[in-house]
Amino acid sequence: MPAHHSTLNAPDGELHRFHFRVILAGIAVLGALALLATRFFYLQVVQHDYYTTRAEDNRISVVPIVPNRGVIVDRAGVVLARNYSAFTLEITPSKVADLEATIDGLGQLIEVLPKDRKRFRKLLEESKSFESLPIRTRLSEEEVARFAANRYLFPGVEVKARLFRQYPLGPIASHAVGYINRINKRDLEMIDESELAANYRGTDHIGKTGIEQKYEFQLHGETGYEQVEIDAGGRAIRSLSRTAPIQGSRLTLTLDVKLQEMAEKAFGDRRGALVAIEPATGGILALVSNPSFDPNLFIDGIRSDDWELLNNSPERPMLNRALNGTYPPGSTFKPFMALAALETGKRTPGQAISDPGFFNFAGHHFRDDKKGGHGTVDMYKSIVHSCDTYYYMLANDMGIDAIARFMGQLGFGQKTGVDIEGESEGVLPSPEWKKRRFRRPEQQKWFAGETISIGIGQGYNSYTPIQLAQATAAVANNGVMFRPHLVKYITDSRTGEKTMIEPEPMRRLAWKPQHVETIRNAMVGVNTQGTGARAFAGAGYTSAGKTGTAQVFSLKGSEYKSSRLKQELRDHALFIAFAPAEAPKIALAVVVENGGFGAQSAAPIARMVFDYYLLGKLPKGAAQEDDVEED
Amino acid sequence: MLREFLARVWRRLVEHVDVPLLLITVAIMVAGLATVFSATYDANNRLLAQALNMIVGLGAMWAVAQLPPQKLMRFGVPLYLIGILLLILVYFFGIKVNGARRWLSLGFTRIQPSELLKIAVPLMLAWYFHKHEALLRFRHYVIACLLLLLPFALIAKQPDLGTAILVGAAGFYVIFFAGLPWGVMVGLFAGAAGAAPFVWTMLHDYQRKRILTLIDPTTDPLGSGYHIIQSTIAIGSGGSFGKGWLAGTQTHLEFIPERHTDFILAVFSEERGLLGNCILLLLYLLLIGRGLMIAAKASTLFARVVAGSVTLSLFTYVFVNMGMVSGILPVVGVPLPFMSYGGTALVTLSVSIGILMSIHSHRMLVRT
Repeated sequence: MPAHHSTLNAPDGELHRFHFRVILAGIAVLGALALLATRFFYLQVVQHDYYTTRAEDNRISVVPIVPNRGVIVDRAGVVLARNYSAFTLEITPSKVADLEATIDGLGQLIEVLPKDRKRFRKLLEESKSFESLPIRTRLSEEEVARFAANRYLFPGVEVKARLFRQYPLGPIASHAVGYINRINKRDLEMIDESELAANYRGTDHIGKTGIEQKYEFQLHGETGYEQVEIDAGGRAIRSLSRTAPIQGSRLTLTLDVKLQEMAEKAFGDRRGALVAIEPATGGILALVSNPSFDPNLFIDGIRSDDWELLNNSPERPMLNRALNGTYPPGSTFKPFMALAALETGKRTPGQAISDPGFFNFAGHHFRDDKKGGHGTVDMYKSIVHSCDTYYYMLANDMGIDAIARFMGQLGFGQKTGVDIEGESEGVLPSPEWKKRRFRRPEQQKWFAGETISIGIGQGYNSYTPIQLAQATAAVANNGVMFRPHLVKYITDSRTGEKTMIEPEPMRRLAWKPQHVETIRNAMVGVNTQGTGARAFAGAGYTSAGKTGTAQVFSLKGSEYKSSRLKQELRDHALFIAFAPAEAPKIALAVVVENGGFGAQSAAPIARMVFDYYLLGKLPKGAAQEDDVEED
Repeated sequence: MLREFLARVWRRLVEHVDVPLLLITVAIMVAGLATVFSATYDANNRLLAQALNMIVGLGAMWAVAQLPPQKLMRFGVPLYLIGILLLILVYFFGIKVNGARRWLSLGFTRIQPSELLKIAVPLMLAWYFHKHEALLRFRHYVIACLLLLLPFALIAKQPDLGTAILVGAAGFYVIFFAGLPWGVMVGLFAGAAGAAPFVWTMLHDYQRKRILTLIDPTTDPLGSGYHIIQSTIAIGSGGSFGKGWLAGTQTHLEFIPERHTDFILAVFSEERGLLGNCILLLLYLLLIGRGLMIAAKASTLFARVVAGSVTLSLFTYVFVNMGMVSGILPVVGVPLPFMSYGGTALVTLSVSIGILMSIHSHRMLVRT
């Protein structure tokens, strides 16, 4: 019995324990489910807003819509840069497992040349992998159709309609207009600094030189956005809202592209530069740097062979000589020296010297070009016949500081502030400049003898053609100076509102009118009876000019020395001029590298430009070299 | 005559069916069907297939409910042995899918033997304790633990952490309800804690990653953290009342992975909100509560521990799945009972409910 009792008791105890454990389990279950309920409450009530945003962010993708880049036209409305739409075949590297195999496969459908592969690889190195990169541009309709039929074979490859930049006039005015190219790391940093990164989402090209670079932000426009609902695979399901892009502003240049084209032709195959300015505004009418290049080559990444050709050519077509070529002004410096003499009271117009053919300074003979000298020379004659001795003496009398002060006011040796990046300063010689330029104390000292040749535009003098043109325009405009500029006005694409560029003069030089008149008369004399007379014979307007010849040994850029020794020894020809003399509409500076005398090769170019601009006359043939009196 | 016959058939039909269990289960199934439809109607609709699974499940539930517990007990040993044998076959000849060897090919179809162990292990252990009911000693618990450890290790090795946890839990619940002394239990937990570092080194890379990702899902937003991030976004954006049936953006734009199977709760939460979740939790609570009640009322040790184990296993499914989807537990492949799409789990779980029904409806027969 007791045994039976215990077996009965044991299950009772077991049952009791079991019930206790069931209750425990029930409590644990309640606790766990309460924990889940709390978690749900936290996610769905407390954090609801946060997760709603996250879900929206998931769902909605903002796709940038790249605006059309602004069009660039010349003063008459001739289009210099525009856009056209074309199909490109693009690969998103991150979505493609085997790039080479994919490109090989594409090559069976659509022609993919080795240069296309080369360019693609170059882009690949420079880009982030989630960007889509073009393997082929400008697909034909047939190629688009052929790819479309087989696109399921190529995940991560798609045809896109893209806008391309086009420069319809090709190499004409390319140094002024510039070009665009793909955005690189440096551009990205610049964009980030300008806090415009959002506006550049989706943009892959940017202005690299010229107007395209300087007015990048105006030309770019405002990027539009489209909100699209996307699924987890990133496929767009439907469009939710769209903010249209705003096209970039239209730039109207001061440039007269017909004049520009004519001037470029006038250079033929000679190297050199020409800057023509409207004296009353500073607007640049023509900006030539010859030879030039075709900016269309750069648009979808320049091919390396093209680049090598442009970059390594001894002609240096990529160098913008108008802004970055620095040349001694030679005798074109003389009118400015004469004006300085009048303004500083060192000379009067009638005060004459006797020119024996040289100027003796501390036993050293500074020679005049004309053997035996020009005889009695006053200011007028000194300019018309380009007498060196007069200016040797003048420079000696004025001293380097006074010369540098006056020439500095005319903008020599400083950036003009033209609306193209990277302009050179040139060299306005002065004792201060020498101290900055040289390191050793014995080199830093300015010698009085060095002042003498400064007077005839030689020595350390070295200026850009645009500085010469600006100074010439200042004289033509009676001392009222404008910043040379290429953009006349910017037209907002949405409002049509025009923003004029700089109608205000940057500096008013208070020259005495009779002083300017004296210089103007002498420069008119140059073109009627002096060194420019041959070039301007029979012109139907009065013009003022000055020839110049720059000795090449002082030119810094001596890259072509070895290969072109003989031609390199020829001097650079220069010419400055404005016309009509009584009410100037155009002022210019011309440099023809290794062109010999200014009167010979530079002045005829100026004549053609004036004839065309003032009379609408086109030159009969190519520029002729005239046989004329030396300057 | 006919009416009487029909009445008898009806009585026979419903004799062993527990109405509360059936109603709750069907309620969850209906919610599950609606959610499976929402999760799959965009493409490859699974509504009919899941409805069919449910009918099969309910049939299995009814059939099992007819078997008295004594008969169920007799299945324990053979099912366990067959299960272990199949697991060993899987170990050697299993089909490898996604790096895991879980399936056995039968030529015309393939089976996942680990699923069988979810039922076999509690039956086997309960039978074992029932056999030694009068004189349970410490060694019996040790042997029970070893009987559990064998299938657990084989399944974990496949690897299939989700199933291993469920089988391990089912077995542990049996041992717990059979009266595992507290001291031993504390010792076991201490031992498990001590072994954790070793287990960590034994885990597969993807399993470790899942645990690490749980701690900070943002470390791998496109990889293993993606599931948790997207499902918590779905739940959170659902708010109090949800975005409405078929209107969940996370669901229909396919941001939720495995949305008709393991992550179906994310779909439900997004479209039904906190209110829906609370109702669902309540249904599960009622189901578990009913199960525990049946366990408490059961007449034999076998019936008690099996009912308790089966009920707590159900709870384990619910907790592990919901915890995983809401981001408080690591991602392990555990379906949400009667909600997730999939026939195997549905049948296994229906059989569990059938066992509960059997135990409840046959309890008087034992006494008398």
